[in-house]
Amino acid sequence: MNASPFTNPSTGAHVRSVRSDLPGDLMEVSMGPHHPSTHGVFRMIVTLDGETIVRLKPVFGYLHRNHEKLAENTSYLGSMPYTDRLDYLNSMTNNWAYARAVEQLAGIAVPERAEYVRVILAELTRLLNHTCLAGFLMQDCGCSGTPLMYAFREREKILDLFESLSGSRMMCNYQRFGGCRVDPSADWLARARQLVEEYGPFLDEFEALLTGNEILLARTQGVGRLSAALAINAGVTGPMLRATGVNHDLRKVDGYGVYPRFQFRIPLGEHGDVYDRYMIRILEMRESLAILRQAFAGLPAGPIMNPAAKLRGFRPKVGEAYGRIEGPKGEIGFHLVSDGGPNPWRYHVRAPSFINLTILEDLCLGHTVADAVIILGSIDIVLGEVDR
Amino acid sequence: MLGTGILQGLIVTAKNFVGSFHDPARYTTLEYPEVKPALPEAYRNFPFLVCDNATDPMGTLRCVACQICEKECPPQCIYIEKSRDKKPDATGKLQIYPAVFAIDTSVCMSCQICVEVCPFDAIKMDQVFEIATTDRYAALLLDRGQLTKPNAYFHTIHPTEAAEVDARLTADRQAAEEKARAAALAKAKTPAASPAPAAPVAKRDQTLESAP
Repeated sequence: MNASPFTNPSTGAHVRSVRSDLPGDLMEVSMGPHHPSTHGVFRMIVTLDGETIVRLKPVFGYLHRNHEKLAENTSYLGSMPYTDRLDYLNSMTNNWAYARAVEQLAGIAVPERAEYVRVILAELTRLLNHTCLAGFLMQDCGCSGTPLMYAFREREKILDLFESLSGSRMMCNYQRFGGCRVDPSADWLARARQLVEEYGPFLDEFEALLTGNEILLARTQGVGRLSAALAINAGVTGPMLRATGVNHDLRKVDGYGVYPRFQFRIPLGEHGDVYDRYMIRILEMRESLAILRQAFAGLPAGPIMNPAAKLRGFRPKVGEAYGRIEGPKGEIGFHLVSDGGPNPWRYHVRAPSFINLTILEDLCLGHTVADAVIILGSIDIVLGEVDR
Repeated sequence: MLGTGILQGLIVTAKNFVGSFHDPARYTTLEYPEVKPALPEAYRNFPFLVCDNATDPMGTLRCVACQICEKECPPQCIYIEKSRDKKPDATGKLQIYPAVFAIDTSVCMSCQICVEVCPFDAIKMDQVFEIATTDRYAALLLDRGQLTKPNAYFHTIHPTEAAEVDARLTADRQAAEEKARAAALAKAKTPAASPAPAAPVAKRDQTLESAP
């Protein structure tokens, strides 16, 4: 393998050209926006030397629907259902992040029971998201169908829980400023508890299916290696960052909600490759199950909603707030600036999918197109959140 | 040994394959058009208007055309025109009613905010989901007549919520009657006093509405 003019000094990835003194014609391929591997309408303009990627230009915005400007023109409450549609796998955590921002802005206290319910729902969402991600990643690897269907089978059970609590499977619109909309019944909690008990065996089965699989190891180990320095510089958060070995989880760092009361560990990766990112998610799901068990055990009785919180005619005082939580994909935050009116003067979403996607080119350089597909899959994006 | 991981995975798929024929817990498919899904009580899709009496739906509409839902609806799918005259509502009090009440279901995103902000329990979420139509425009714009459904129907789809609403409305009505009676009594005692004030419009969601 000769030295290549296309070596990227920052990542160390190199192009495997046969003869560097005779570079062939580069070919530009437009992957997407309709390509099924792009998890939505995302386009990568890939420049290829043979089958090796030498340049990659991500193009997004096909799903842009003016989320931030819409929010600046509707009431604070009116933006809540729109946050469901950001990252449509994780509407519960999006709701929570937005509710936290508004609660900080207006100084609304949240009852303890609501905080516990929020933790339960956020961890169920994490299970849902990571299960789906593992399934999709296998689909991207070419393992067509089986793991994805197993993942969707389990996801359906969580969606059924969300539906019977909030009325909708995906667009939950459940959190409110100062609490949650409805109180989960004892029957619902019993069903959720049963799901958590059944989830461990499912993860064992899923891991038996995948984790030791030689084809998976060959496809994912050493692919799309992300260095901790680049991850920090690019502002990467969530499982992507932790797969590089950086111990940063807002549940521990900020200790928001009632998370400090729970005993759980933060799984860390070592290599920052696709396999580590996959494993981090599996391990995080196991920690989520531990959190869920503690949350069910400690769930106090009491009101679910702060009675002082207003639903209609809500006008927070002049100020600004940034509310963030550790979403399944990374730090999801909402920056709100209020001028005292009924709608925010400025509304900004810090979308983890979008910021994690910015390093896509650095991860893909020197790899093949087939690898780019699984690298994109391991970043875990939802285009609803990237494009907003 | 190379290949054991793959073999282990094949054992898992084999178990699932065989299990899917024997274990009812693994039957994940619902034969939909023949077998209807059991909807959870909280399930919602599009709003409908509640009337108290099925024989006279327009006369007993709970909606008083206050237009709060129209203002709060995030995608702005509700259109209301107030009536110029007044009609007696379920309690006999004269109220404005919606002369036009239309919901564009092609715009509605089923977020339930209209239900939450309604102070009169007049708009609730329906559970009818088989609403596919070949007409893109007119058939999706539901008018007052198509939207109105009786309270008994509300009881069949959301029994818990409907019972709560009924209890609250009865309590409010009794409180209003009580107040009217007290006012009438006071008037009878002091004939020279000013006429009894009309029963105030019952404000139901005090917790949500009042600013302490």
